[in-house]
Amino acid sequence: MAQRSVRAFQTAALRNNPVFVQGLGLCPALAVTSTAVYGLSMGLATSFVVICAMTIATLLKRFVPDSVRIPVYAVVIATFVTIADQVMRAFFPDLSAALGPYVPLIVVNCMILGRVEAFARKNPVAPTIGDAVGTSVAFTGALVLLGAFRELLGQGNVFGVQVMGEAFEPLGIMGLPTGAFFGLAVLWALFNAARAQGKQQAVVRP
Amino acid sequence: MEFVVLFVTAAIVNNFVLHYFVGICPYVGVSKEVGAAASMGLAVIFVMTLAGIAGWLINNLVLMPLGLGILEYVSYVVVIASLVQLVELFLKKAIPALYRTLGIFLPLITSNCAILFLVLMLALEEYGFLESVFFSLGAGVGFTIAIVLMAGIREQLEQADIPRAFRGAAVTMAIAGIMALAFSGFAGLV
Repeated sequence: MAQRSVRAFQTAALRNNPVFVQGLGLCPALAVTSTAVYGLSMGLATSFVVICAMTIATLLKRFVPDSVRIPVYAVVIATFVTIADQVMRAFFPDLSAALGPYVPLIVVNCMILGRVEAFARKNPVAPTIGDAVGTSVAFTGALVLLGAFRELLGQGNVFGVQVMGEAFEPLGIMGLPTGAFFGLAVLWALFNAARAQGKQQAVVRP
Repeated sequence: MEFVVLFVTAAIVNNFVLHYFVGICPYVGVSKEVGAAASMGLAVIFVMTLAGIAGWLINNLVLMPLGLGILEYVSYVVVIASLVQLVELFLKKAIPALYRTLGIFLPLITSNCAILFLVLMLALEEYGFLESVFFSLGAGVGFTIAIVLMAGIREQLEQADIPRAFRGAAVTMAIAGIMALAFSGFAGLV
């Protein structure tokens, strides 16, 4: 059982990376990654929703008729998003204000409904949790990476710690919408290149 | 005049795709040909205007007076999903020609974050009814402008020799970045 969870975790995190392979969840990946901290907090909030919603969905699968499953899942997801939003407002008001309407937008993150539809609906609880954690780690990782990249070039910092030397001239554009698109394009291309490299090696030593 | 400003703000200055990053999925997925992109845009204008009105009514006539703000997200999701279903049924019966053009795009719109974002914005900015209508219309038009422009550029790119790693989504993102830069030039407009 533990092994199946681990395998589901690996598949979800690497081979099916939600952002760079499947192109899901791009709105938050672009919108809240001007710094690494924002990326991390958005990733964690989304992870909470993914793990809870997928677990509930897999427990409910015997009781929900197929024809109404999408609205049911939507309500389950929206409920957990409301919880996440209220908790953030109460304990992290600054973060909550900075992320603004992008926290409620987790509801329509197609990655979540996609994993519920494609995985939680058809699998028992243990692999589902493995898949949920793998998806969460991959998504959070992608957001932190993009946030750190943009923060590094835009402000010379990573997680608020100065990394670049005095001579570094911050590229203000990386904090703007344009920088989000450029940053994602570059990371995506790097990921593609790495995957192509990996495939080539796999062919060479079979 | 105030309504015109709101419309232009939503459509161009704070374009939903290029400024707020919502509706990126269809923006990448349905922007391979101009024809399909225009149909998608039309469907989004249609649904956005209706959803904006429905969301405003729910928020101002039901949730606010009853103090049910905590149910905001759940009720918006349910309202948007059922609204799209209703529109689909209505178009199928009443205007079959339009249904054939928009048909496959309508279900996609349910999961389009731009619609929920619009409804949330209307509540957040506390717009009045008419303001909401113009803002929603502008948001839809802005989405259409962005996706049609992108489809036009991508049609031209078919022939281009793009580095292997950048093919597909990565180059689309890079183009979107340049478009966002161009659109940010309109910031002084309002």
